[in-house]
Amino acid sequence: MKSKFAIFALLTFVLLSWGLYQALVGAPTEATMGQVQRIFYYHVPNAWVMELCFPLNFLASIIYLVNRKAAIDAFAVATAEVGVVFCTVVLLTGPIWARPVWGIWWTWDARLTSTLVLWLIYVGYLMLRKLSTGGPNPVLAASFAIFGCIDAVFVFMAIRWFRTQHPKPVFAGGADSGIDPRMMHAFLINLLAFTCYGALLVWIRYSLERTRQKVDEAHAMKSLLHQEARSSR
Amino acid sequence: MSVLSVLRITLAKDLRMEWRSKDAINSMLFFALLVVVIFSFSFDLTADESRQIAGGLIWVALLFAAVVALNQTWARELRNQVLDAYRVSPAPAESLFLAKTIGNFLFVAILELLMTPLFIVFYNLRSIGPVYQLILASVLGNWALVVNGTFFGAMSIRTRSREVLLPLILFPISIPALLAMVGATTSTLTGEGSAHLSLVFLAVYDVVFTLLGLFLFETVLQAE
Amino acid sequence: MKFLYAAFGITWAVHIVYLVILTRGFNKLRDDIKDLERE
Repeated sequence: MKSKFAIFALLTFVLLSWGLYQALVGAPTEATMGQVQRIFYYHVPNAWVMELCFPLNFLASIIYLVNRKAAIDAFAVATAEVGVVFCTVVLLTGPIWARPVWGIWWTWDARLTSTLVLWLIYVGYLMLRKLSTGGPNPVLAASFAIFGCIDAVFVFMAIRWFRTQHPKPVFAGGADSGIDPRMMHAFLINLLAFTCYGALLVWIRYSLERTRQKVDEAHAMKSLLHQEARSSR
Repeated sequence: MSVLSVLRITLAKDLRMEWRSKDAINSMLFFALLVVVIFSFSFDLTADESRQIAGGLIWVALLFAAVVALNQTWARELRNQVLDAYRVSPAPAESLFLAKTIGNFLFVAILELLMTPLFIVFYNLRSIGPVYQLILASVLGNWALVVNGTFFGAMSIRTRSREVLLPLILFPISIPALLAMVGATTSTLTGEGSAHLSLVFLAVYDVVFTLLGLFLFETVLQAE
Repeated sequence: MKFLYAAFGITWAVHIVYLVILTRGFNKLRDDIKDLERE
């Protein structure tokens, strides 16, 4: 297991380095936006990983409430934390990209707002876990995650219908046809690299949580046995 | 015991206790008053502007006041270890949830009845659209805040910084409802745009989250 | 362009911070295990 992990980690590192090079140097400069467009090679892949993590947490939360397996909860907290990390990157790089290109730091359109709300919800989720008396309460957290994700859907729909749509700039030169193949290459490499990195992080965080669960169990067992030994004397 | 009878009894008990002590109501009312004054003081608006903005202001003010109320009602339960009693009793958790929610709804409604006239006075508000829409928005919006607030209140009192955690987890969840409430209120006040979509959205939100809360409350109550 | 470097820099800053958090978590876990075995 250890060697599989090491190989995967190495592969991820290679992909990330290659992706970085492609993003900064390899890909050609975009015609209209200039150098700043390269942020796209980082912003979108990070968003993609976040969009993988949060639904996975949603599923894990539901499954946990049904079968109450500790391993599922470990997976839930792992995807939540990693999701928040990538979401933070998205929320920071987005405005940094938007400002020079479109002149605005922020707009309340459906996509941005639901991303922000998801960030708020999952930070709340992590705080709920952290602040519960007597250790993280996985049932409360799972219930909250379910509320949160359903709510995110409502947020998206609400803004779609109630706020006048600012002409949301599509990723110019990104997803449209006629894109330079070297740009596509840079994009795909970074997409793969960050997906692997995200998976790696979830794997690490999951093992950390599982081990912690087992240590806590062992602790509890130990104090139980000590108590028994003491009382039987 | 049937769901309905437990509901009735629990609700009556809550209301009776609150009526006797009156401390929660009084502090909530005064807090609501202060919130209205401060908001009105901070924004000096013309008649037209006030119609555009009042919707948002009223709901934000109400949100803050409601959180104070919500924290209160659950804190009282915790103080007397009533929560543990509920857990072991055969009474269905759903009725407890509904009773608490309805009780909170009534408290927040009292806050609304206090704060709204004050806002009207301070901002010289006059609604261009039909008033029944405003009332509908108040009722649906109130329920939206209170149904989630009651559910998360039950969660957050089990944590260390309980008073702070409730708004932390309630606010993001309430954002779509807030959008709809403010949208409906502003449309009605200014007479521009239709409030119907917002009101329907709010109603759907209420139904979905009430069902979700009913479904999961037992789980949350039993979580150690 | 400074926006470009800011974006890339911030991305890695966030990721590195998280890696540090994870490392701290592992160290604390290792200490806990040592305590457990010592008893």
